[in-house]
Amino acid sequence: MAIVKVLGLETEYGIIIRGSSDPNPIAASSALINAYVAELARRVAWDFEDETPGKDARGFAREGSMPPEVETHLVNAVLTNGARYYVDHAHPEYSTPECANAMDAVRFDKAGERILARSVIAASRILPPGQSIVVLKNNSDGKGNSYGTHENYLMDRSVPFARIVQRVIPHFVSRQVFTGAGKVGTEASSTLGMEVTFQLTQRADFFEEEVGLETTLKRPIVNTRDEPHCDAQKYRRLHVIVGDANLSEISTFLKVGTTALVLSMIEDDWFARAGDRDLTLADPVIALRRVSYDLSLTRLLELADGRTMTALDMQWEHLDLARKYAEDRGLESVGGDEIGQEILRRWEHVLGALESDPMSLASTLDWVAKYRVINGYRERHGLSWRDPKLAAMDLQYHDVRPEKSLYERLGMERLLTEESVVAAMSEPPTTTRAYFRGKCLERWGSQVAAANWDSLVFDLGTDPLRRVPMMEPLRGTAAHVDALLEGCESPAELLARLGN
Amino acid sequence: MAEREQIKKQPSRTETETETEEAAPASTEKGDKLKAELDDLLDEIDEVLDENAEEFVRAYVQKGGQ
Repeated sequence: MAIVKVLGLETEYGIIIRGSSDPNPIAASSALINAYVAELARRVAWDFEDETPGKDARGFAREGSMPPEVETHLVNAVLTNGARYYVDHAHPEYSTPECANAMDAVRFDKAGERILARSVIAASRILPPGQSIVVLKNNSDGKGNSYGTHENYLMDRSVPFARIVQRVIPHFVSRQVFTGAGKVGTEASSTLGMEVTFQLTQRADFFEEEVGLETTLKRPIVNTRDEPHCDAQKYRRLHVIVGDANLSEISTFLKVGTTALVLSMIEDDWFARAGDRDLTLADPVIALRRVSYDLSLTRLLELADGRTMTALDMQWEHLDLARKYAEDRGLESVGGDEIGQEILRRWEHVLGALESDPMSLASTLDWVAKYRVINGYRERHGLSWRDPKLAAMDLQYHDVRPEKSLYERLGMERLLTEESVVAAMSEPPTTTRAYFRGKCLERWGSQVAAANWDSLVFDLGTDPLRRVPMMEPLRGTAAHVDALLEGCESPAELLARLGN
Repeated sequence: MAEREQIKKQPSRTETETETEEAAPASTEKGDKLKAELDDLLDEIDEVLDENAEEFVRAYVQKGGQ
């Protein structure tokens, strides 16, 4: 049986410092994160003095040990919600904590937007007069430079990687019809003979390979990074770099929900069992762009076996397989019946609406919402698609400041209450190991020397540093450790009990 | 089962279609209501739009992303 698809989202945010003669994005990113972390520390310290004298203090810890590819001199914070907030290359990046279902992934991804928005305010208090930081949750500067939003899914190590590659590519290509965040124009050197004034996705222009290890050039549709951050004998972490950053909660929910379902089906070899519906594309890289460039959603994609079908039809095939899978195998691997059925229901609704009247999804999906408002503005003012005002609207759709965000003006449908999103800025998910990480940081942050995905390292001041491995993503949940944590007054006590 | 059959589409249908390159489809149903909403929205947009839109678009360059 497919294992639970523990999942998470990492987003590199776009950043620009305005009013500076030397706008350095790395310095701006560091200032942004430092300002947020400093503000958290002040607030928690205030709570400490006034309200909770028995508890420790800082709501965060700086990491001491990190994977080798990370620039260690840059800011790197782990938050009490279990997320990581750091400078990656020249961008502020937020990685959600590990989530056990798509709804939690939406919640913690949205909490990340709020954290960035709060950071912008915090940074504005320390910047020189006349300077300000603008942060966008998108994936392209419109000039040929892209930055990523990556999804991560826990998979069974025993599944042959070749099977994953074969079966997941058709989904990655065709899911763009609901995962796209929309973009004015194109940044690709070739547009396949199509006129591209507006396209479904931010990212399709930047993919050149089917499979590979790269993430910054010659980007592949399936990324082969093999770094599970858990028991590598049992698990693989599928690192997905081909998606867009979504503002729409429905788009994010469907992006990760349908993908978790498709990966469960791959794990159980469902495509072969259900009468081998082979959807292998003749040329996936071309197909990826062809789908993104086609606002009519009617263009045909060539399959390897000579058939042709549209991206929508390919998605109907996946949905049909998923329904049969749910009946036969259940929905435990995607978080249980309630969330699983919600994925299936919304998936069907969105495909039906895309087929009959895409603009009816203007409050549901990012690309439709963005297209409708930008095209409406263009028609009202008689502008060309190349008018910089439209490019500015495209960027501003993604602004994390609520008063500037076009997305926020559009009255988009939500899955979550704002209250639960705000809570997720500081409270970890209860059903993964992120709970243990977050709660230990909340209670004993100053004694946590390093917080990694798969371990916590405590500094008790006397002994050598003590490392607590967390190799199982589904251990360390509230159900597992709440009683333990409540019974401990100090990390020394915790370690003593864990040692027994 | 019935429900599944109902949603099942026929992928083969596309094989007989010729490729089209039309622009984004305009909404036909509930068109008036949607148009009124959009008009209201567009009335507000200029207030939200950055004053120096052109300068911002020009300056917004992001290197070193994944």
